[in-house]
Amino acid sequence: MKEQLVALQTTALEALQGLETLGQLGDWKVQYLGKKGELTGMLRGMGALSAEERPVVGALVNDVRAALEAAYEEKEALLKKAEREKRLAEESVDVTLPGRAVKLGSEHPLNIVIRDIEDIFLGLGFQVADGPEVEYDYYNFEAMNVPKNHPARDMQDTFYINEDVLMRTQTSPMQARVLRATAEKAKAEGRQHPDPVRVIVPGRVYRRDDDDATHSHAFMQIEGLVVDRGIRMSDLKGTLLMFARQIFGPEVEIRMRPSYFPFTEPSTEVDVTCFNCGGSGCRTCKQTGWIEILGAGMVHPYVLEEQGYDSEEFTGFAFGMGVERVAMRRYGIEDIRHFYQNDVRLMSHFKSRM
Amino acid sequence: MKISYNWLREYIEIDDLTPQELGARLTEGGIPVEVFTELNQGVTGVVVGHVVETRQHENADKLRVCTINAGTGDHLQIVCGAPNVAPGQKVPVAVVGAELPGDFKIKKAKLRGVESQGMLCSAKELGMDVKLLPKEQTEGLYILPEDAPVGHDIADYLLMNDTVLELELTPNRSDALNYRGVAYEVAAILDRPMKMKEEYTAHGNGSSPVTVKIESDNCTKYAAQVVQNVTVSESPLWLQAKLLAVGVRPINNVVDVTNFVMFELGQPLHAFDLSKVAQDTIIVRQAQDGETHVTLDGVERTLDASMLVIADPEKVIGLAGVMGGENSEVDAATKNIVLESAYFDPGTTRKTGKALGLFSEAQKRFEKGMIDQGMITNALLRAAELIAELAGGEVVGGPVEVVKKGAEPHVLDLRHERVNEVLGTSITEDEMVAVLKRLGFEVSGFKVDGAHRITVPTRRPDMVREVDLIEEVARIYGYDKIPSTLPSGNYVQGQLTPEQRLRRTAREVLINAGLNEVVTYSFTNVGLLEPLGLHTEATLTNQVKLFNPMSEDRSALRTHLLPSLVEVVQYNRNRRTNDLALFEIGRVFSPEPGVDTPVTERVRIAGIMTGNYGALGVGEKGRPVDFFAVKGVVETLLDGIGITDVLFVRAAQAGLHPGRTAKIVKRHEGELLELGVIGGLHPEAEEACDLSPTYYFELHMEALLTAKERSELVVPPLPKFPSIERDIALLVDIDTPAGDLLDTIRIAGGDLLVSVRIFDFYQGAQVPAGKKSLAYGLVYRSSERTLTDEEVTERHNRVLEALKAGHHAELRA
Repeated sequence: MKEQLVALQTTALEALQGLETLGQLGDWKVQYLGKKGELTGMLRGMGALSAEERPVVGALVNDVRAALEAAYEEKEALLKKAEREKRLAEESVDVTLPGRAVKLGSEHPLNIVIRDIEDIFLGLGFQVADGPEVEYDYYNFEAMNVPKNHPARDMQDTFYINEDVLMRTQTSPMQARVLRATAEKAKAEGRQHPDPVRVIVPGRVYRRDDDDATHSHAFMQIEGLVVDRGIRMSDLKGTLLMFARQIFGPEVEIRMRPSYFPFTEPSTEVDVTCFNCGGSGCRTCKQTGWIEILGAGMVHPYVLEEQGYDSEEFTGFAFGMGVERVAMRRYGIEDIRHFYQNDVRLMSHFKSRM
Repeated sequence: MKISYNWLREYIEIDDLTPQELGARLTEGGIPVEVFTELNQGVTGVVVGHVVETRQHENADKLRVCTINAGTGDHLQIVCGAPNVAPGQKVPVAVVGAELPGDFKIKKAKLRGVESQGMLCSAKELGMDVKLLPKEQTEGLYILPEDAPVGHDIADYLLMNDTVLELELTPNRSDALNYRGVAYEVAAILDRPMKMKEEYTAHGNGSSPVTVKIESDNCTKYAAQVVQNVTVSESPLWLQAKLLAVGVRPINNVVDVTNFVMFELGQPLHAFDLSKVAQDTIIVRQAQDGETHVTLDGVERTLDASMLVIADPEKVIGLAGVMGGENSEVDAATKNIVLESAYFDPGTTRKTGKALGLFSEAQKRFEKGMIDQGMITNALLRAAELIAELAGGEVVGGPVEVVKKGAEPHVLDLRHERVNEVLGTSITEDEMVAVLKRLGFEVSGFKVDGAHRITVPTRRPDMVREVDLIEEVARIYGYDKIPSTLPSGNYVQGQLTPEQRLRRTAREVLINAGLNEVVTYSFTNVGLLEPLGLHTEATLTNQVKLFNPMSEDRSALRTHLLPSLVEVVQYNRNRRTNDLALFEIGRVFSPEPGVDTPVTERVRIAGIMTGNYGALGVGEKGRPVDFFAVKGVVETLLDGIGITDVLFVRAAQAGLHPGRTAKIVKRHEGELLELGVIGGLHPEAEEACDLSPTYYFELHMEALLTAKERSELVVPPLPKFPSIERDIALLVDIDTPAGDLLDTIRIAGGDLLVSVRIFDFYQGAQVPAGKKSLAYGLVYRSSERTLTDEEVTERHNRVLEALKAGHHAELRA
């Protein structure tokens, strides 16, 4: 029987060597260590042994069992590891294949520019106002110090609906509307002087121009207006310098040149350092080193007085800029019509929200 | 306004500045100069030559062989193709080695076997602006005056070595529409004295034969001067060159002088042939309605009573400030002339010119109202003197003047502190006074109420208020010296309005849902509604119309965003982009007036989707857009805005598929508030517009704002007790809307039902004909205790009964 046990151990361990899967290992366990397995069968045969032999063989059986169980555990660990590795290998993917991305849409570049500019001025304590695109002649022109028969009102510039109604040619009429609303509020509350105003007005305006690479019969403007006690032209300069550096970069400078708008006095054109050459002079800036970006000035006393502000007590500044112009410069878009063609091949470049 | 550097130099010392440097100084001062044109486009070595004799070329019919004296010693032999070449002429000769514009170098050449030692030149070959030359001078050789000195450099002789600066004048600076004004500007900028003669007093002998009458308020001053026995002919070269430099065509020595003086002093002048003025009497009056008049351009004009005319007792002889008349024109036979110098009302001049489609240099000056009334008589005398000199006439008597209203210089008060208050500068009083003096303004030695009294000369009628003077001080002092500060004062936090926030949120959500934002024009045409089936709606065809559209296509304001979006879809499909998901936040317009607005403008959030839509992995097939894809976008959008409990109600709407259209509504204060619409385009519209299946949605801003709960979001406590879920599978009639059952379930489920959703839908072979299967998942929970099975079963049975009673819904086995 001893020989038998030794032979069993040898056979079993040999068989274990050749096993490759956990399933086979399970079968092996049943065959040798199970309740109906060979070792148990041998144990049963111990009844035929003498009393002297029994403890000796019993001890030997236990040794064999311990040896087989130890071998089993070792093998099991080995096979589990192998199997895990196999599974990992099978589960690996080609990480270079494209993801199932949720396709992002895009914000229109003009609205990106407007949003950025709004955010800059919100941070400076400005409100944002919206106004009508179909406007009374009064607000668009007369309230802005452009009386009837002023050369600036020529029919070829303005789309009229009728004698008194037109498509606004500028966002400036909102200066008068905002001032009027603020002055009326003060009046209703029985106060002598209206509140100060800090507002920007983004919006669409219309001019009777043929559409080409640099002209559009409809385009976006942003108007700015600050009216308070003690507002100075230097405040205009400082505000626009801050704005220009946020939009065009911290290194840009601005330049003010005398100009003319009926509703500001003094009036100024504002240039920024040429983005292309940094100010040294190139084709983009016609060798001047400067690029014109907006018109501005101190609010004309007439505009203040017309809406019920005391122009001795209050002063203000106003500015107006073309959104397309900023967007064209910023994104290197050379044809203004691209903004209104809405070619998705162009728009998909504006997916990023930053 | 074109300014010749050489001409300007006669009035102000600028020799130390190049034209470009001068332009830069003007630009800084507020008159931008970006264009500088060299009159000499590259002519060197061309000289005045004398054509000694010509003979026919032996091998060519159209060529002549000329013998030329170019002052170079030996005569030159030059072959010439110009038909107008003739012996005795003086012509420009490009000798061998000369250069012409376009890098054209003259070499010795043989033409058809005959040697040619140079080239005779036309005006064009010299780079001259031929548009302004008389026709005979543009065809063939440019024939020079007989007294042109042989051998003289042509560029020098024709005064071509000059630079023309183009001044971009803003409307308020029409005072600089002449050399005098520009010279004053330069004098102020450079702080230099003028060297211009501005006062003319010379009177002729005898007394003037003319009588002047002003019969209209639209003329405040009229002065007339007679010059007799003139010989009308070509102007001398210097005068022609000056006019050509500023872009004016030379005509004859009388007309040219009137133009010259207009450019020099700013006062438009006109010359009448005195023999054509009846009774030597000039009357300034309003035209009569229907009166006709033939202007200098030979066109008969019908006038009306709003127009101002110059007349004699018998007829109209000119349109005041706009154009002269043919019947009083100065021509080669004219002997006696009467010159006009006047002030006409700007508005009247402008309206007359516009009504008749005329726009002359004179009108440009009158309509701006910036004529220096102090120069009216001076300019008249200056012109009379020059004409007498150049046309050999004699000035007769003095100017006959009628003055209705004299022009006084403006006297304005300027407070020194106010200058710095407005500008934020610290300009001293002395600096301020010095600047004003540089501008030629008179500053009083005393102060009135702390203000300086400033007398502004009549050449600057744009100075009307204190702030105008402040701008002048700032301009000359230098805008670059104004410091940069930030506004002080009470600060209010900048904040967006609810509508602005809603727009931003909607934009974010739709972009994250994969839609591209577009921006389209507002101008449209009623015809664009028809292919989309929208023309049957009166609210859509009732468009606000433009009075002066640029084209019929864009002649009205849009009432609907769909046509604009369809145009964008078509544009992109034509470029082979077929999967499109687009949106626009845009305005529509309707004619009824709004609150203090002339028409009603409404904001719409509209989207259009076609082709495939949705995230795809490798190898997965695209999913065509259907109603539910678009509805999903709208639901996500409404979630993002924070509008909940929205109902989609089957609806019919023009242009949309009757079976695939829903109104988007929400119960609000007891009424159904319509938020918008969603639907597939009608197949007929798709066909008419060459579209594949396309879906549209539209939300109304004003309704969204009403629907949006104003209250802050308060998060309810997380559930403390477990929930119990029950599913129901039902058979209902095929046309029963699944959404209707939701309402029934919610009402019957009462307080214990926390949510219900539709999780399955089937119609087809597995269910009886005319029926469909719907499955709902219900969640029951109490906030106070753990529900028992019995409680839930009892409530759930109530739900089942309600469904049976309300919708004939049967439980599916």
